[in-house]
Amino acid sequence: MPAFETFLQAIVNGLVLGSFYALIALGYTMIFGVIKLLNFAHGDVYMVGAFVGFGVLSLISGVVGAGWFGLGIAILVSMIAVGCLGVIIQRVAYQPMLSAPRLSILITALAVSLVLQNSALSLTDGKYTAFRTDLGFGGFEFGRLFISHQAVVLVAIAGLLMIALELFVSRTMYGRAMRAVSIDKDMCRLLGINVSRVVAITFLIGSGLAAAAGTMAGAYYGSIWYFMGFLIGLKAFTAAVIGGIGSITGAMLGGLILGLLESFGTLVPFIGSEWKDVFTFSILILVLVFKPTGLLGKSEVERM
Amino acid sequence: MSTATGRTAGLVDRLYATFDSPRRQMLLMVAIVVVMAVLPLVMGRYATTIMTNALLYVVLALGLNIVVGYAGLLDLGYAAFFAVGAYSIGILTVQFDWNFWLAIPPALVAACLAGVIIGGPTLRLRSDYLAIVTLGFGEIVRFSARNLEITGRASGLSNIPEPSFFGYVINSYVDFYYVFLLLAVMAVIASHRLYHSRLGRAWLYVRHDEDAAEAMGINRVRVKLAAYVTGSVFGAIGGIFFSVNLGAISPESFSFEQSVLILMAVILGGMGKIPGVILGAFIIILGPELLRELGELRLLLFAVVMLLIMLLRPSGIWPERRH
Amino acid sequence: MLLNLEQVTLRFAGNTVLDKVNFGVEANTLASLIGPNGAGKTSLFNSITGFYRPQEGRIEFDGERVLRRKPHKVTQLGIARTFQNVRLFREMSVMENVMAGMHCRTRAGAFGAVLRTPGQRAEERYIAEVAHDCMRFVGVDEYADRLATNLAYGYQRLVEIARALATQPRLILLDEPAAGLNATEKAALIELIRRIRDERGIAVLLIEHDMGLVMQVSERINVLDYGRIIADGNAEEIKNNPRVIEAYLGQEDEEMVL
Repeated sequence: MPAFETFLQAIVNGLVLGSFYALIALGYTMIFGVIKLLNFAHGDVYMVGAFVGFGVLSLISGVVGAGWFGLGIAILVSMIAVGCLGVIIQRVAYQPMLSAPRLSILITALAVSLVLQNSALSLTDGKYTAFRTDLGFGGFEFGRLFISHQAVVLVAIAGLLMIALELFVSRTMYGRAMRAVSIDKDMCRLLGINVSRVVAITFLIGSGLAAAAGTMAGAYYGSIWYFMGFLIGLKAFTAAVIGGIGSITGAMLGGLILGLLESFGTLVPFIGSEWKDVFTFSILILVLVFKPTGLLGKSEVERM
Repeated sequence: MSTATGRTAGLVDRLYATFDSPRRQMLLMVAIVVVMAVLPLVMGRYATTIMTNALLYVVLALGLNIVVGYAGLLDLGYAAFFAVGAYSIGILTVQFDWNFWLAIPPALVAACLAGVIIGGPTLRLRSDYLAIVTLGFGEIVRFSARNLEITGRASGLSNIPEPSFFGYVINSYVDFYYVFLLLAVMAVIASHRLYHSRLGRAWLYVRHDEDAAEAMGINRVRVKLAAYVTGSVFGAIGGIFFSVNLGAISPESFSFEQSVLILMAVILGGMGKIPGVILGAFIIILGPELLRELGELRLLLFAVVMLLIMLLRPSGIWPERRH
Repeated sequence: MLLNLEQVTLRFAGNTVLDKVNFGVEANTLASLIGPNGAGKTSLFNSITGFYRPQEGRIEFDGERVLRRKPHKVTQLGIARTFQNVRLFREMSVMENVMAGMHCRTRAGAFGAVLRTPGQRAEERYIAEVAHDCMRFVGVDEYADRLATNLAYGYQRLVEIARALATQPRLILLDEPAAGLNATEKAALIELIRRIRDERGIAVLLIEHDMGLVMQVSERINVLDYGRIIADGNAEEIKNNPRVIEAYLGQEDEEMVL
């Protein structure tokens, strides 16, 4: 029993899964950082991204084909379009609720999520939509270990996006402003930082990353569904929590860790693939109870 | 808020103001119960079944109202408690041949345990995390129901026997209508009494300002757990009778969508207000019936309405006023 | 000594907020805790009531350890408090606010509530009685049914005191009770503080910046500066204490009416 190759395969699968989780987790963490809200609708933004990507690819595949180039354009357009959707959602639904009681804004986020989900449900009649691409199924083979080309490219794209984000946050003015706002929003206002614009940009980028993940996942797994954002949203949230909510590196780390954990979890006979979701949720609950700040998060000291 | 919505809200406020005194409210309640008691005689089978469903949601929504409306804990996995009640009866009566009435106490104990298990980890979490953790628990319960042998896996449990009460077998749709009417009335009375009690006030204090409540000697851990357990009991009671009414249960009835539906009932009617919650329950059950032509758009419509309510009138349809 | 603090030290992220604090409050007395802004006064209150957990030291109340106990336990033992920025339950009535204090002195739970047992009903009557008594004592009984947010600021402060009194404490901690009050209200407050001790036998410890009030009311004054007790004694002794004067010299916003 070539256990070593199974092990490596699990790592490969884990990395692919982890890349998706990381991209979505980044959105959760950044948005939480600037407005201290867990954007419940974020998973559904991922779903919308998948549908937009699908739509774009369908439109242009006649001209540029449904290969890597076409997919690349689909990803780009999806990122921009859904990024803007994210900003609209923030302006319309969250901005007016910032001074309302906590419960209200959470329910509003839930409502937004439901609106997105049910819109997609109505449009597709609840059915799965096949996301066909011409990416080919070739890959690298090492004995029984198979690393598809798709997997490599997708992980690479995800990696590039994350590097780009890291550069943005550390080198650009808006990136630094984003970090400042997540530390002390009121102070930022006093310092003349346009907090409103920073929040908008945060939503733009966070939603854009989720959209990229959505389009890529759609292409990789071959089908999209109105409810696909729900479960993955929860898992990405788990990843963000593991890494430490509020920390960008934490989200990337958490995503990878969760992807690997899940991948290895399916190998364990007791858990298998039926119970892996329960496994993931249990991790979430355990982390929140025992180490709510995750790996890299900062602990909040409550001052009275 | 635009003047148009402002004016409608004003009218609504005045309408509700005529029912402000407790006496008037009780008279209204009695009148409604009398009307409801007579309805099956004039309604057909279909309409009666719908109303029975609405009454079930009254019980469930009042239960969730205790957790969300009174104690301020956003539980997005409330269907788990509903499931615990239903499956406890299902398992005990179908797998172990227990008598329905004898199976109720263990089901309620299971519900209390579920309340503690689900509520416990959330006690120190901020509300965002609490919502997601409760959602996670809801999913865990559903997954477990779908994958365990004892719960019948994906096909669930069927042939749940009809209960008999001193020789009278409860099995017709009319029988169950009256059962749920009774349950709904009891749920309303219990909710009302809880609200105007030491524990009810404690929930409100903790919801308003946890730290100030602690400073006044209120044990927030115990109070929050009490909210979960009480809410769980309401949900389980709904589930207990739901299982024998349908005769068969499957994991699909206890999904996140179910939890959301119950939450919608609580929100549409106005969180914390008993009459509002009752109204909300009827809206979410009767609404789809009246909007049949819209098909799947109904759910979208509800979601949009919920969003609009949160943005325009966060206190729901019911006015936010206390004496 | 009713309340006794020994070597209490509290550190927050590298800052020593309280440094080996020693002081005590005798039963049935009126004491004050003063000091420049940022000296650590509210932190001391928070440490006594269990919201902060000092790393070192001892805090004892009537022989019972109180250090690092849960806040609701501390209140149950007999220490009540008010807050610097009034923290009433805003959307609830004055009566309901004051009834909160009675929670820890009563027991009825869900069963009693739903079944309306005679015991529960008797308890509810008792709660209402005590609440009215406390509201009358501070002078807000006529506003019992008003929403707490609708009251004038001065009355809100009184309601907070009534609420604290409802917990039937033996020591009450008042955190800047005179802040924002006008002269008439302050005089009434002094009256009230004296009555709390005289008529109810409750010891009072207050944090205050209004020196006039402090000097009039206190039998004993403790002075905190940078987390350390730098002086304690009666009004005369504190007035002339050079260390106290020095500690305050840098502060321009103190009402040093000596």
